[in-house]
Amino acid sequence: MIIRGDEPEQLRLLRKLYKPGNYFMQGNEAVAYGALFAGCRFYAGYPITPSSEIAETMARELPKLHGYYLQMEDEIGSIAAMVGASWTGFKVMTATAGPGFSLMQENLGYAVMTETPLVLVDVQRSGPSTGQATKGAQGDFFQARWGTHGDHPIVALSPTSGQDAFWETIRAFNIAEKLRTPVVVLFDGVLAHTREQIRIPDVSEVEITYRKLPANEEEAKLPFGDPHGDGVPPMPLFGHGYFTHVTGSTHKENGLRDVYTPEVHDRLVRRIHRKIEKNREVYERYEEHFTDDAEILVVSWGVTARPALGAVLKAREEGIKAGLFVPKTVHPFPGERMRELGKRVRVILVPEMNLGQMIIEVERYVNDDVLLKGVNKIGGVPLTVKEILREIRGVA
Amino acid sequence: MANEIYSTYPMVKYLRKEALPTALCPGCGGGTVLNAFANAIDQLKLDPKDLVVVSGIGCSAWIASPYFLADTLHTTHGRAIAFATGVKVGLPDKKVVVISGDGDLASIGGNHLLHAARRNIDITVILVNNFIYGMTGGQLAPTTPFGARTTTSPYRNIEHPLQISETIAAAGASYVARWTTAHVYQLIESIKKALNVRGFSLVEVISQCPVQYGRRNRMKEPAEMLRWFLKNSVPVSRAKNMSPEELEGKFVIGEFVNRERPEFVTELNKLIDEVQGHFGLKED
Repeated sequence: MIIRGDEPEQLRLLRKLYKPGNYFMQGNEAVAYGALFAGCRFYAGYPITPSSEIAETMARELPKLHGYYLQMEDEIGSIAAMVGASWTGFKVMTATAGPGFSLMQENLGYAVMTETPLVLVDVQRSGPSTGQATKGAQGDFFQARWGTHGDHPIVALSPTSGQDAFWETIRAFNIAEKLRTPVVVLFDGVLAHTREQIRIPDVSEVEITYRKLPANEEEAKLPFGDPHGDGVPPMPLFGHGYFTHVTGSTHKENGLRDVYTPEVHDRLVRRIHRKIEKNREVYERYEEHFTDDAEILVVSWGVTARPALGAVLKAREEGIKAGLFVPKTVHPFPGERMRELGKRVRVILVPEMNLGQMIIEVERYVNDDVLLKGVNKIGGVPLTVKEILREIRGVA
Repeated sequence: MANEIYSTYPMVKYLRKEALPTALCPGCGGGTVLNAFANAIDQLKLDPKDLVVVSGIGCSAWIASPYFLADTLHTTHGRAIAFATGVKVGLPDKKVVVISGDGDLASIGGNHLLHAARRNIDITVILVNNFIYGMTGGQLAPTTPFGARTTTSPYRNIEHPLQISETIAAAGASYVARWTTAHVYQLIESIKKALNVRGFSLVEVISQCPVQYGRRNRMKEPAEMLRWFLKNSVPVSRAKNMSPEELEGKFVIGEFVNRERPEFVTELNKLIDEVQGHFGLKED
């Protein structure tokens, strides 16, 4: 059984279409090319600023790769169509921004509950509500984590540049496939529209993961079981005669609904949590700069990690012992590493383009004797090196 | 007891036995719809392995999911058609069927219904219209007749019901028919036609809900509701010559459209083929 995107034909097409080399492109385009290299062959979306170029690139490129672009009637329909397509074997993606991300939350929960691999790119823009439609922000940190209802885990990544977005999108697909779960990519309007040099690699440099399929009829009969003990059930795809039943209601290992037995719900939801917690090595990733001897630690994510690095480099030039910690996977938060670093520093600064969101997550892992301070800016303009450096000097 | 009944039912081979008995109330029209659907599949000699059935939320969503033995996708409220759209693109050679209720497909899901018809994607929708939100306790639906009583229109309904079949026929579907649960044989024939049409097809079934609708509107026996359907059904051919006043409170039944239009997934694949040709991407 071949999952779409796996065929040697796809590799041939990718090689023929995209010569390795340096290109000048937008962050949004980098996300789209990342998806294509990861094997995404189904995109359902609804245009919204500042994510539209992802849809436009996919609409242009997917047919060349024998992939499918669908412009749905709204964001709710987009994520619904993705779930349907994922159950037929496609690697699927959509991209949206603030208001669209809010609309997708219900079916994001459905994807968690039915363990459907998909990638959802949220190009964060200023809010609440329509906010500043064309401006970047980092205000969806907790919406990614807690936007949909119920007890649920989520994996969310946050690229720090266009080049990073290319690779992180590929990683998002690999995590989604490996853990049979939706993965959110928290991108932002600033990087989405920044044009910079982005290197497109040869397909051989790209590591690609495919979802686990049932090895036999027995496994296929338990689409929500745990035959391998890793919490990730093999996925019996539609159209193969397995008569799979999929529901967002609480279900037993065989897929049939049982909303009355407390143990069934407990077992299902705890396993969905466990498969994320136990497979930390699949998704956990962070970057560190000068953390070995740092006294002042800057913790930053996404777009803000770039001026933050600039500020740390300048501070070092001035003899200030500053370091930088960048969680690339923001959910689940790399708390263990954060705790270790928190023990060694005097001050932690958390710059972000919001009024303080990731800082709440950081706070959970550091002791009271550390001075914890947010560096926050809203209004659609990113933080600058100068602004962050000023704060570092202020606590030096 | 239940098992004995099911063992003598000829269509039981199409049902997921471990999910039985059904959760439907006594007297519900849902059983008739399930029976008609199973008979249509049987008469067409379709292999259930070539079927994917998708439904939303509500009583009618249960009719074929989980009870029908096929790949079944039970989705969020109102979104069944959007989920089915993704399934159809992935499995263009399978029959993708949506069975759900009026509240699900025509109210919260109205947008997806309209646009699937406009796109003319090859999905068969069996929309079970019982004029009420049954599972949530009998509230006003977009199909509740003018003047009827529900738990959220306790005095009387002052809204006009949505004419689903007429709307979807106008939106561009390839095939649209409406029957009631009192017209079982016609219903089976229409489901068969709908399954064979290459394009969007809608079969609207006016169905009785004696428990939530009937008992609040002086028809607490299922048979009373069926008599009401029979007495007020008007064939589409005759309805053409009737005034809106004469048609008030009537059920127009029959085939509304049966036509060929370019189908969405076929066009999508054609487009891909053209693009690959244009860029010289086809394998030599």
